[in-house]
Amino acid sequence: MDALLSVEDFTMHYRTKAGWVQAVDGVSFALKRGQALGLVGESGCGKTSVAMSIMRLLPYNAEIKHGRITLGGRDVYAMASEEFRQVRWKEISMIFQAAMNALNPVYTVGSQIVEAIVEHEPETTEEQARRRVAELFDLVGIPADRADHYPHEYSGGMKQRAVIAMALACNPSLIIADEPTTALDVIVQDKILREMEEIRRRINMSMIYISHDISVIAEVSDIVGVMYAGKLMEIGEADDVFKRPRHPYTYGLMHAYPSILGAKRDLATIPGEPPNLMAPPAGCRFNPRCDRATDECRAVEPKLIKAGPEHRIACHNPVWTPSSGGERVGAAR
Amino acid sequence: MALPDSRLDRDTGDTIVSVKNLKKYYPVGRGLFRRQHALLHAVDDISFEVARGEVLGLVGESGCGKTTTGRMLVRLTNPTSGSIIVDQTDVSSISGADMGPFRQKVQMIFQDPYESLDPRMTIFDIVSEPLNVNHIGNLEQREERVAEMLTRVGLAPPATFMFRFPHELSGGQRQRVAIARALVVNPTFVVADEPTSMLDVSIRTGVMKLLTELREDFGISYLYITHDLAVARYLCDRIAVMYLGKIVEIAGSEEVIRNPLHPYARALISAVPVPDPAIARPVPNVRGGVSKPINPHPRCRFYERCPVAQKVCQDSDHPELREVEGNHFAACHLL
Ligand SMILES: Nc1ncnc2c1ncn2[C@@H]1O[C@H](COP(=O)(O)OP(=O)(O)OP(=O)(O)O)[C@@H](O)[C@H]1O
Ligand code: SF4
Ligand SMILES: [Mg+2]
Repeated sequence: MDALLSVEDFTMHYRTKAGWVQAVDGVSFALKRGQALGLVGESGCGKTSVAMSIMRLLPYNAEIKHGRITLGGRDVYAMASEEFRQVRWKEISMIFQAAMNALNPVYTVGSQIVEAIVEHEPETTEEQARRRVAELFDLVGIPADRADHYPHEYSGGMKQRAVIAMALACNPSLIIADEPTTALDVIVQDKILREMEEIRRRINMSMIYISHDISVIAEVSDIVGVMYAGKLMEIGEADDVFKRPRHPYTYGLMHAYPSILGAKRDLATIPGEPPNLMAPPAGCRFNPRCDRATDECRAVEPKLIKAGPEHRIACHNPVWTPSSGGERVGAAR
Repeated sequence: MALPDSRLDRDTGDTIVSVKNLKKYYPVGRGLFRRQHALLHAVDDISFEVARGEVLGLVGESGCGKTTTGRMLVRLTNPTSGSIIVDQTDVSSISGADMGPFRQKVQMIFQDPYESLDPRMTIFDIVSEPLNVNHIGNLEQREERVAEMLTRVGLAPPATFMFRFPHELSGGQRQRVAIARALVVNPTFVVADEPTSMLDVSIRTGVMKLLTELREDFGISYLYITHDLAVARYLCDRIAVMYLGKIVEIAGSEEVIRNPLHPYARALISAVPVPDPAIARPVPNVRGGVSKPINPHPRCRFYERCPVAQKVCQDSDHPELREVEGNHFAACHLL
């Protein structure tokens, strides 16, 4: 299978008065058609910046230092802006972080989606767009008559469904969902994630789920990428990453996470705090917090290297977890 | 981190908080011209106790009444009716002069470390404020006490933090400041309202650990409000599950997690995502829709969403909490 999306050694920094924020640094990954990638990492590690880079929606102070992003083989940043406008929303679309709070309160939800469709597909009549909205609402589980209601008449879960419908409006082959359920209660979150996964399978769409919650990522992703301080530290098949995390940060995250499953065990703490991205530590950006750090880690930046067939890590001293039969790492069972 | 289970031996049957038939109703507007108000039953006739040294978790979805309950316990919100006794003090009878001693015994930690600290005050001013208000110690003693607390919550050396402002600290550090402020007066009971929900995992564990240690060192009792059942499992001795203003289940933490009895508690626990891709969780058994408890029908609050509801659930009033199994209480007609 060809890669639908490929991000190659991508580096993007933000210019600010105080200096350069190194938000995305040397990030590489590929996504196949129909696959779901989960990007996980803590606040400020660069997840949204990666998403905005792919969408070519970067703010004025962003600067691409090097690297390439290709979509279906075409270089996203080599396309004329007119050409890319044909791609955005129709081939890739995005559910923005906290988008459900950004619905315009003075228009009905249905009319906002109609407007979005007509804007991106000028050939579509309003009548056709309205019919499409009815289909979309059906797909995401909102009663059709709710199209004429205003956002404040929707519950949180329904608003989030409407935002998903909007992302689906132009039949994209890839949707980036940035924290799509973070503000929702668990029962609603469960419903929405199940629905999104069902739609994804039904229309063989690709997804990038972005979340700080490793449990959510574990449940919806085929591939998991772990970001820390602007770097992709580990990426691999979900089963592999969760059973055999090789990067000390991934390992730490998984052991710091309480679970309702299995025996209650002690939670690990990762000492310290994530670095300031204006002056990240030399060498490995995780080294001041890492219990495996050596002089090499403080001097030499680790590259993303192969740790298994589909598994890559950026670390000089990976955690060794036996590949079979041995100690089970990850979820408490 | 130390597990609360092993600490149950400290439960000597001594009760620090006793809540009886607590209610909080809010009038909600019915349009501009109609004078008549509907009532939102934010907290609707709940009763529970917290033992000395115990951590009681209060869980449930947003809007179910968790925070309102917590605020009533520390007298930041006045109840519509019901009684609250905290450390032998009847909270509703506290007036002007008694407020000081009460504020010393009972503290609250809030969810948002970004909003709960005054941005114009230094860390020293913030943490020493409860000491000033209660006229405890002179300046020198206060400085000493603040330094001790900052060290205790992991902000060391304290001299490097004392004269900074909140915006110069990270989220985890700010939450530690909020904890230091709450504990500086040696309270006996603390309401912690989602104190870790805004923090990242790598920092959150440290704060959870700190709360557990402080409880062990100072014998503080907590009401721990959270929507995160996995966190509740780690921190709490018992868990109370709320739904639309009612406590529908209450039992030991492991018991609630492993053997939930109420249909809502069952759905809630089965919806918690698990950090293991190899596990396929069954679909939570619950009907859709969320209602608000505005002038609720005199029937089970969970009726509309309950997958197993019978005629009795519609015909009778909301069921009482009943001891269904040993020390395991649930409010359901069918149990
Ligand atoms: N327009 C901007 N100008 C300058 N710095 C920015 C800008 N947008 C983001 N940043 C910084 O870039 C870094 C990465 O931010 P980003 O929003 O990508 O993180 P994130 O992983 O999505 O975080 P969260 O989980 O909190 O949403 C942060 O340090 C952030 O403060
Ligand atoms: S490279 Fe070194 S410091 Fe970085 S994660 Fe690996 S062992 Fe730790
Ligand atoms: Mg983000």
